[in-house]
Amino acid sequence: MKNIQTSRRDFLKASGLTTFGLALGISGFTKDASLKKITPAVLKLEINPFIIIDTAGNITLVNPRPDMGQGSTQAVPSLLAEELEVSLEKVLIIQSDGKEKYGSQVSGGSSSVRELWLPIRKAGAAAREMLTTTAAKRWNVPVTECHAEDGAVFHKASGKSFTYGELADDASKLEIPSDPKLKDPKDFKIIGKYNKRLDVPDRVTGKAVYGIDIDVPGMVYASIVHSPAIHGKIVSIDDSEAKKIKGVLQVIKTERTMPHRTSEAVAVIATNWWAAVKGKKALVVKWDNGNYEKTVDTAGYFAETYEAAKKEGINYEEKGDFTVKYAAAKEKLEAQYETPFLAHAPIEPENAVAHVKEDGSVEIWAPVQGPDWTIRDVCAYMKIKPEQVKVNVTLLGGAFGRKAYHDFVLEACHISKEIKKPVKVIWTREDDITQGPYRPGMLSHMQGFVEDGKITGYHHHAIGESILGQVFKGLKEDEADSWIGEEISTGNTKYNFAAASKVSWTHVKTDIPIVWWRSVYASNFGWGQECFIDELAHLAKKDPLKARLEILPDERFRKVLETLAEKAGWDEKLAEGTGKGLAVFKSFNSISACCITVSKKGQGVKIDKVVSVIDCGYYVNPDNVKAQTEGNIVMGLTAAIKDGITFTNGACDQSNYHQYNIMRLNEMPAIEIHIVDSGSAPGGVGEPGLPPVAPALGNAVFAATGKRMRKLPFDIANLG
Amino acid sequence: MERKVKVDVEPDMPLLWVVRDFAGLKGTKFGCGMALCGACTVHVNGQPARSCQTPISSVGKNDKITTIEGIGDGKLSVIQKAWIEEQVPQCGYCQSGQIMSAVALLKTNPSPTDADIDSAMSGNLCRCGTYDRIRKAIHRAAAEIKVSEAGIGKM
Repeated sequence: MKNIQTSRRDFLKASGLTTFGLALGISGFTKDASLKKITPAVLKLEINPFIIIDTAGNITLVNPRPDMGQGSTQAVPSLLAEELEVSLEKVLIIQSDGKEKYGSQVSGGSSSVRELWLPIRKAGAAAREMLTTTAAKRWNVPVTECHAEDGAVFHKASGKSFTYGELADDASKLEIPSDPKLKDPKDFKIIGKYNKRLDVPDRVTGKAVYGIDIDVPGMVYASIVHSPAIHGKIVSIDDSEAKKIKGVLQVIKTERTMPHRTSEAVAVIATNWWAAVKGKKALVVKWDNGNYEKTVDTAGYFAETYEAAKKEGINYEEKGDFTVKYAAAKEKLEAQYETPFLAHAPIEPENAVAHVKEDGSVEIWAPVQGPDWTIRDVCAYMKIKPEQVKVNVTLLGGAFGRKAYHDFVLEACHISKEIKKPVKVIWTREDDITQGPYRPGMLSHMQGFVEDGKITGYHHHAIGESILGQVFKGLKEDEADSWIGEEISTGNTKYNFAAASKVSWTHVKTDIPIVWWRSVYASNFGWGQECFIDELAHLAKKDPLKARLEILPDERFRKVLETLAEKAGWDEKLAEGTGKGLAVFKSFNSISACCITVSKKGQGVKIDKVVSVIDCGYYVNPDNVKAQTEGNIVMGLTAAIKDGITFTNGACDQSNYHQYNIMRLNEMPAIEIHIVDSGSAPGGVGEPGLPPVAPALGNAVFAATGKRMRKLPFDIANLG
Repeated sequence: MERKVKVDVEPDMPLLWVVRDFAGLKGTKFGCGMALCGACTVHVNGQPARSCQTPISSVGKNDKITTIEGIGDGKLSVIQKAWIEEQVPQCGYCQSGQIMSAVALLKTNPSPTDADIDSAMSGNLCRCGTYDRIRKAIHRAAAEIKVSEAGIGKM
């Protein structure tokens, strides 16, 4: 037997040069580049770095998508198990560690199934072919007479069989087929079928391990005082009282590093986290807030966005001469739709354990959405190489975009380096709510006109801060934000405005840290788009569903809306004081529509029912599609009728769930979810259900009360 | 799975941190520190309590603390089984607290109405939005209890 160590290193070197099809959403393998196999000497079959079949028949899948509740721990192994012909229970899952050979490993952009749909299935199919070929050779029969089933290869005529384990060694000596035959979807046994998620038992018994649950030997705890006026500077620290607290070990200056700036902070280090928090409360820190008290506030930011709405923006696209036609139009409308800043507020707050060792290497244990991004950020921050960082990803207690932003991980690195010990940083809920990053608050300036009872002119002017700009430094000031432009372009909305349409953009900057939040800009701009289409429908004296169908030639959109109309009883007569509203939006390559029924109650309305329809193409588990859509309904309603984030004098006005309320169980309306089986390429599931929720509610409120809501959030109990 | 735990901590330390970092039972979660989210729910002598707001000094020597690890007594309880049947958890982080609240509800009220569930469960936040399934799972567990006539003892 050859030296396994050497073989393995050779393999890694080869893999390091490999570009995986997964990285940028390129569908499928780039020919033969993605399939790498380990030398036979290892006595196991490694089909690309994700799948290992050993001689005992154990199948291990390295899952390149952390699980934050979206179900990647089921979705990814399902793709493999289907093609490999094994049951889900047979697949052992380990979380990838961020190394380059696994390609993109970020749970975000509703991408897991979309991006892994072909690569993981192909890897499973390739292994199945190799194992089947090996068996056929041993029996000296044509491969066509053999078939794989339930972890073994069978020769029907002779009744012989070999388990995968018995075949793995020989199979590993074969060339890996570059274009293995994938199963016909009609033969799927796992994909598209109801299956229970196998890690649910751990999540109902307290056994599931999240970042906050990690203990490592010699570890101490830290709680951090962040700048109240988001980016202030420390003038003085009085730690005399803090140091008297039993368990407090040290008080040190630290820093919070965000993509757009670094803020000063103070860390209290203690033998337990409660002592660290007590120390934090006892600490007296004087801050120089510079000009932030005057410049960082949401009222000023929104005032700027409304000013910007009076001027022309930068065009992303224009069809026909909208400005001229709008000026000449007889029946036209103009309106502004506002969405607030929002915190993600996952119930598990930001936390990380970091150990910066004497040799400069770093080990991290943390609930992060992408270990590869964590390595990238830690390397840039600590000025070390990727091979000096080990990231252990835990389960995430919710994330919604927040835990792909690594300020809290870098804090743990900074502190560990200073104190030369492994340290667990846990943010308080107040840190989480007051510090961000947040979904940016945005303004939609809408213009449109109707001709002969049809919506034929439309302009969406998107205004606000840019994630592409603030977080990725990728926005050119003379160009429209391409992420936003694409999201609200007619190429995505599929609305066909016969006369003219325009999508434009104005950048209004803020120092308030921002990042993506579930469904990103779709959650902002779905509100303006779908409420305004409703307004235009009423201007055209048309039923809002019919008005949409008139300008939506796309078959998938039509099917989603028609299904919604049928399931929600759109054409049924409603009682006085009751109203229905609908909205549709495409995001992450899935189309979702929502119909909400409300009834008048006192000065406001009550939400009676929410019906959601989603066409996400092929999907893995219908129950998980429904679960994610349920979550999107709750988060979408919360964003519409609960608290937004506001800043006054440089500081966040909300601090915990009493000021930043999220929907509770007693507020849950009746819900119904329907999936349209379009057989299209897989779209996203984790986010697309959210964008249509708020506008469906706004349109329902109008239908019931005649009041047009244009600013989120609004008080559902008192519409004013 | 009963055990006695002796700890030497400051009297104002919340039960939550004693349970997690001194008794080593990590199933009980921190969410808000202000009794607003319910993630830290445990039972003190069978009564649901927010352990983040329960100073250890208020817990007596003979008080019995039950955490998620003590539910079902080593086996899955009726409620946990119902949670699995309804596939309730998404991220699962809040579910220990949800289940502790649900267990307490069904102990005193084995046939809760929707209104009963509303009042017992609305102190437990779930950011993933699993509320509809939580309600279904409680009804399912209640039905199971009725059928088996095992009553609350087997919960």
